[in-house]
Parts: sequence; C-alpha cells; structure tokens
Amino acid sequence: MNGSQLPPLLPPSASTVSGELDLLFAYITAISVFFAVGIAVALAVLAVLYRRKPGDGPPPQIHGSTALELVWTVIPLLIVMSFFVWGTDLFFRMRTPPIEPLEIFVVGKQWMWKIQHQEGPREINELHIPVGQPIKLTMTSEDVIHSFSVPAFRVKQDVLPGRYTTMWFEATKTGTFHLFCTEYCGTEHAGMGGSIIVMEPNEYQVWLGGGGAGESLTDAGERLFGQLGCATCHGDQAGARGPSLTGVYNSEVSLAGGGSVTADESYLRESILEPATNIVAGYDAIMPTYRGQISEEGVLQLVAYIRSLGDPAAAGATGAAAAGEAGQ
Amino acid sequence: MSEQAAPRRRNRGRYEGDVPREHYLNVAYGLKSWLLTVDHKRIAILYLLSITGFFAIGGLFAAIIRMELMTPTGDLMSSEVYNRVFTLHGVVMVFFFLIPSIPAVFGNFFLPMMIGAKDLAFPRINLASWYIYTIGGIFTLAAIIAGGVDTGWTFYTPYSSTYSNSAVALTAIGVFINGFSSIFTGLNFIVSIHKMRAPGLTWMRLPLFVWAHYAASIIMILGTPVVAIAIFLIAVERLLGVGIFDPALGGDPILYQHLFWFYSHPAVYIMILPSMGVMSEVIACFSRKRIFGYAFIAASSLAIAVVGFLVWGHHMFVSGQSAYVSMVFSVLSMLVAVPSAVKVFNWLATLWRGSISFETPMLYAFGFLGLFTVGGLTGLYLGTLATDVHLHDTYFIVAHFHYIMVGGAVMGYLAAVHFWWPKMTGRMYSEFWGRLSAGLLFIGFNLTFFPQFLLGYMGMPRRYHFYPDEWQVLNVLSTAGASILGIAYLIPIIYLVYSLRYGPIAGPNPWHATGLEWTTASPPPQHNFETTPTVTEEPYDYSKAIENVAITPGAGPESPPSPAAPRS
Repeated sequence: MNGSQLPPLLPPSASTVSGELDLLFAYITAISVFFAVGIAVALAVLAVLYRRKPGDGPPPQIHGSTALELVWTVIPLLIVMSFFVWGTDLFFRMRTPPIEPLEIFVVGKQWMWKIQHQEGPREINELHIPVGQPIKLTMTSEDVIHSFSVPAFRVKQDVLPGRYTTMWFEATKTGTFHLFCTEYCGTEHAGMGGSIIVMEPNEYQVWLGGGGAGESLTDAGERLFGQLGCATCHGDQAGARGPSLTGVYNSEVSLAGGGSVTADESYLRESILEPATNIVAGYDAIMPTYRGQISEEGVLQLVAYIRSLGDPAAAGATGAAAAGEAGQ
Repeated sequence: MSEQAAPRRRNRGRYEGDVPREHYLNVAYGLKSWLLTVDHKRIAILYLLSITGFFAIGGLFAAIIRMELMTPTGDLMSSEVYNRVFTLHGVVMVFFFLIPSIPAVFGNFFLPMMIGAKDLAFPRINLASWYIYTIGGIFTLAAIIAGGVDTGWTFYTPYSSTYSNSAVALTAIGVFINGFSSIFTGLNFIVSIHKMRAPGLTWMRLPLFVWAHYAASIIMILGTPVVAIAIFLIAVERLLGVGIFDPALGGDPILYQHLFWFYSHPAVYIMILPSMGVMSEVIACFSRKRIFGYAFIAASSLAIAVVGFLVWGHHMFVSGQSAYVSMVFSVLSMLVAVPSAVKVFNWLATLWRGSISFETPMLYAFGFLGLFTVGGLTGLYLGTLATDVHLHDTYFIVAHFHYIMVGGAVMGYLAAVHFWWPKMTGRMYSEFWGRLSAGLLFIGFNLTFFPQFLLGYMGMPRRYHFYPDEWQVLNVLSTAGASILGIAYLIPIIYLVYSLRYGPIAGPNPWHATGLEWTTASPPPQHNFETTPTVTEEPYDYSKAIENVAITPGAGPESPPSPAAPRS
C-alpha cells in the first residue's frame, strides 16, 4: 500500500509499553498467520489431491490416531501458554505504576472527561502531560461506566461510578493523540473523546502556570474541608468525635467490626460518601453521608487535602504499590 | 410456503417413485394443523420461518449500520437512532437468530431422526418452546415499535438499569421470556438423547451432530437461568428502583457483568457447537470418509461446554476486576482454545485420502474451516492479557466475534440448510446458485470483517456513530463487503423457495450419506420411520454407503449418474 495516499495501518506508538505490546502482537500474529495459512494450504492441497475422480472406489476408512491427537493437543497448548506467560507479565507491568508518578485526577460523566491537575489547572476532553514522566490517573465516574482509552499508548481502563480505578502510562513522544471513551455510555458516546497532548517538560511547566486557575487541588480541598466544617469532628484535639485525619493516608486503620483496612484513596472516598460502611474502631457511626452534597471532583479535592496531611509511609514505594492495587 | 411445496408431485422423470404418498407435510393442512402440531419436524419448520424473519430484521439493522459508517461523520441519522440500530442488531441476531438457529431448526428436526426416535421426549414442551420464543420475539418487536432500546445487546449497568431513556424493560422481558424456549429445547434434547436412542445406538455410535447438541444443551440448561436472572434484575432495578447494580442506589455495576458473561460467554458455544456438529456430518459425507478421531471430536465438544463456563472473566480484563482474577481467566481461556483446534485438525485429517466432492454444503464447510480458524486465532489476542487491554471494546473484537458467529455459526447454519434441505422438503435446490452464493458469501464476509481487525488495532472503538477521518478507507471497504454479503444472503432465499415447487425430486438419500435420517423417505413420514431402526455399526461408515447411485445430487434428471458410483 502506498503510505503517502492511504492512512497508516498501525496506530502511533508513543508510550513505554506500546513497543513491547506491538512486539507481543506481532508474535501472536506470526504464529496465527502460520497456522491460518497452514490450514488454508492444507485444505486446498487435500481438496485438490483427493478430489473425487471417475472410477474412484470408496476411500479407506481411517479411525484416527491417538499419537496425532496428542501432537495437535500438546503443541497448541504450549503455544497458547507462551502467549499467556508473556501477556500476563506485560499486563502486570502495565498495571504497576513506577515510584512517584505524576498524579492526575479524572472524572468521567456523560459525555465528557473532566481532568484536574494537582497544581490546579482543570481541563475538559484534553489532557496535557509531560513526555518522559510516568503519569498515574485516579479515575471515577459521576454516572455510568466509561473507559479511558489511549490507543497510541496501548492502555485502557474502565472508569466506574462509586469507585476509583487507576491507570498509568509514560509517553515517549510529544504530539497529540486520540483519547476515546471505549465503554458504551449513551447517546453521545462517540463524541466522548478528545486529545492527549504530550509536551516537553518545560513547555508543560509553562502550560501549568499559564492556565490562570491558581488554586491547587490541595488548596481547593482545604477550602472545601473548611466550608463543610469537617474539622468540627475530625480535629486533632483529644476527645474529638471523629478520628484525626493527620497522617491517616496510607495507614492501617483498625475497624470497629474487627479487622483493618489501608486508608487509600478508595477508603477515604468511601468514608466520605458511605461513612457507615467501615467505622474506625473506638468511634460511633454518627457521621452523615455526604453523597449528593459533594461532586466527585469535590471528593477528589478532599482526598487530595487529606493526603497532604501527612503520609506515615516515608517512602513513596508503599504508597505507589497500595495505590496500584486500588483499582481492584 | 412449505404447505404448498410438499404435496406437489410433478412428473419429474424417474424419481417420481421416491416421493412418499404421505409425509409430515401433507398429513394435515391448514393453519391449525401447524400451530397445534406436536411433530418435531413441523415445529422445526415453524422455527425456520421465525428465525429467518428475525435474521432479515437483524440483517436490515446491519445494513443501516454499515451505510452510516461509510462516512466519518454521523450524517445519515442521529446518535439516538444509531445507538438503537446497533443495539437491536445485536439483540435480534444473538437472542432471536444465533442461539436458536441450528438447535431449534436442525436439532429439532434431525436429532430425533438421528437417534431413531419418533419424536423428542416432550413434544408439547417442544411446541411450547416455539410459542415462548414467539412471545419473547413479540416483546422485542414491541420494544422496537415503542422507540427501541439503546443499551447495546450487553445491557451493561448502570446505564441500562438507570440512565437509558429507551424501552429497556420491554426488551429485557422479551429476552427473559425467550430464555425459557432455550431451556426447554436443551431439556428436551438431553432427555431424548439419554432415553430414546434406538436399539443398538450406543453413545459411541451417536452422530457427532448429536454429541454437539448434547454439549450445547448442557449450556442451555445451566447458563440460561443465570442470564435470565441478570436481565430480570435489571428490570427490577429499573421499574422498582431496588439498588442492585447502580452504585447510587448501593449496588455494584460489575456484579451485572459477572452474571451476564457467566451465560453470554458459554452462549457463544451454544452458537458454535451445533455448527461444529454440522461440520462433522458434512465433511464426512462429502469426503466419503469415516470421521477422523471420532472420540476426540465428541470429547472436545464436552470439554468446550465445561471449560466454557470458566472463562467469562476474560470479558472484564479492564473492568476493574482484580489482576490476579484476570490472570486465572486468561489461562482458562487459553485452555478452551485447544479443543477447538483439535476439532479443526481432525476435520482436516478426515479429508486426507478421502474422495472429496464440492457440493454446496461442502463449500460452506470449507468456508467454516477458514473463517472459524481466523476467528479462533484472533480470540487468542483477546485471551492474552496485555493485548486485550489495547484491543478490548475496539473493532478488533467486533471482527473477531463476527468471524466466529457469522464465519462459524452462520456458515454452519447454511451448510445445514443445504445439506438437509432435500430431506426436509424432498426437493433439490440449484447446485449452481448454491455454489455461487457460498462463494460470494465467503468473499463478502472477508471484505466486510477483515478491515475491522485493522481498524481495531488502530484503536477504533466499537459502538461509535462517527469516527476520525483517517479510518474512512477501511470503513468503506467494510461497507462494500457488506453489500456483497447482503446479496449472498438473498440469493439462497430465492433459489430455495423456487426449489420447493420446481426443484428436482431428491429421493431418500441424495448425498448417499450415512445416518438414520437418510434411511427414511424425503420428506420423512410423520413418525419418521416405518419401523424402529436397529443400529449395528459405528457412524460414518462410508465404506459401503453408496448403494443405489442414481443421480448427481441437484443436477436434475438429465444428468448422467454420479461418477462416484462403483463399489469396492
């Protein structure tokens, strides 16, 4: 095909995993083509060779061969297991973000992507990111299930209402790439997309500063925290009606019903919207639900603020690992 | 149509004697004799007419989809309409054509004959299954008239249960009701196979078509109730506001996906296993060979049915499901690929040293082998975790499952139509037109769906009403292919209907096939056999099958006798 006239047949390859994923795809394709062509050729050769000719008697009646059955059971089994091993290995690497990624928050709703950067800028249906830096997205939906898909990065993750899911990627090329919603979400599903704009890090810094929206995510969270009067119960003083939030992020919290839970983003979110679900040991279930009173973006701001109150895990490693599992 | 066809005894030469004086089509006349029949053969004909109607509706929706996607902008209709069109295409094709197709028509007609029985175990339940299917279909048609449904055939929550402003409940009830027809059919098959086999017909003498239906029936009975529950719960949440799937009501949207795919993945095997059963019959017959590795093909059907229940999570690799759960589903999905490969290799080995002829059913079988192989192999990309992340919910998936469901199941269905048409109607169709449309179908199908693999790898999401400009070339190719495909579906309707009146008389066994269904007259008498047959040998014994070679099938009385005549 003439590349100058026809569009390319491969999507741009622009992330740290896209090259290896293409290689895995090529490996499966090579084996598939081998078998598909082999079977087609075998079919054609057999059909020509053994076509019915005048004067043919009944052909020999062959029952089968256990040895052959074993061969064509075991060989395909070994081949598909190689797909499984490579695919699983790459999959786990695609899901585990590196240490200290740049964190960005995403809220999907019918039919747009709303994006909040830590430093404050917000955007809709566009995501500006720096090249060569791991990006971790923490995502939720305000309504139905959406899916955040960037074909050039070969990544995709469903975005669910009522939960946080996470994904990460690291762009290796600057440029503008397609962003799609790939989980059918209603009338304007096909329009729920936009662009990922990958910039040089210094350009990204300029872009962050140029947005004009000064208030960072943490500051917005602090303001909301004050407006809602959260500190009335969640103050640091002794005898407060609610647990102190200083240092709670990523700590092990003992629960009233026994057991414990890691206070990751999902737990913090749940504790704001469904406070009765997992009560901290030693406290009464007196907190009202804030469902319907705070938007998902507001919850993200509160979570960002609570995170800023201190992380007991000194190194980011634990945090990254815990957050990596949060999507489950 | 069928009523007029059978009783005609035009003087078509020396085959006149082959038409029985009385058969299942002319024992009684009138609408009542059809609507109250308990004859499995007549019920099969009722199903044949109904599913052909639904196939036409589903095909019309497909044509509208492909017309819209010829251009990157959504210029033919609004997104509301487009979303309804692709949803109804899926709902109608999956629940009202593919799942009943081969079992309800050819299983109903031939399973009792293949086991030497007069009817299925529960003839009235069999008739009830058709009525239930029809009522479910009426609900779905009513939903179309009431404005349609826009959730996709998968009915994912909470979109379907809370957000969609369309006739979800009506459609859901239609699909729910329809499920019982499938359960009834499966139940009837399993009981009949266990209890009604002719003397001497041991399990290892059963035709592979029967084994395949046995395996598919297990799935119908065990799987269908689960999807019925899932869809019923959607209606409950939607109509009564009970929080089951919508997190805003305290539910879990992923729970729905588990329930739905627990059935709907095995349901793929309800579609493909019977088609594989047809393949075994057709390939053995037209290569005049005992099927290679009979026991392995039979066992692989059961293996597919059992392992098929353990792979549903591969639809959910990017849903937020635990990575470790995904890993288990990935390895199990790889395992289910193996028995399918075993079948393909056994069919190829059956051709080896055979005496192959290329009548229409065999051409469809060849088409099946090619397309099913591509469909199966591309499934491996989707069972592999990393590649599935990129390909999930893109046109790659669309192409993959159409290779299985159209390339596999519909090719098998059309092979069955052509293979057993002479038995069902007593008439031969035009071999020329049959071969021509089989060839057209193969070309049109590949042109339609192969470009979609490329679109999918480039990232084009499924269920998109409009798309970026750079994907137009491949979409135009796909639409061009669909128009060829459409013609290839229309031609058989014409020549098959024509054959009912003008086709040469077939005689009891025009293909010189083995199998009990070929030992009786065409069309068969009301009770199938004059006397209960006794089976003394294994199936597919083609060493002595050619006995009264008189005609070249389908060529008409003027043709010379088949060259394959001599016996050893």
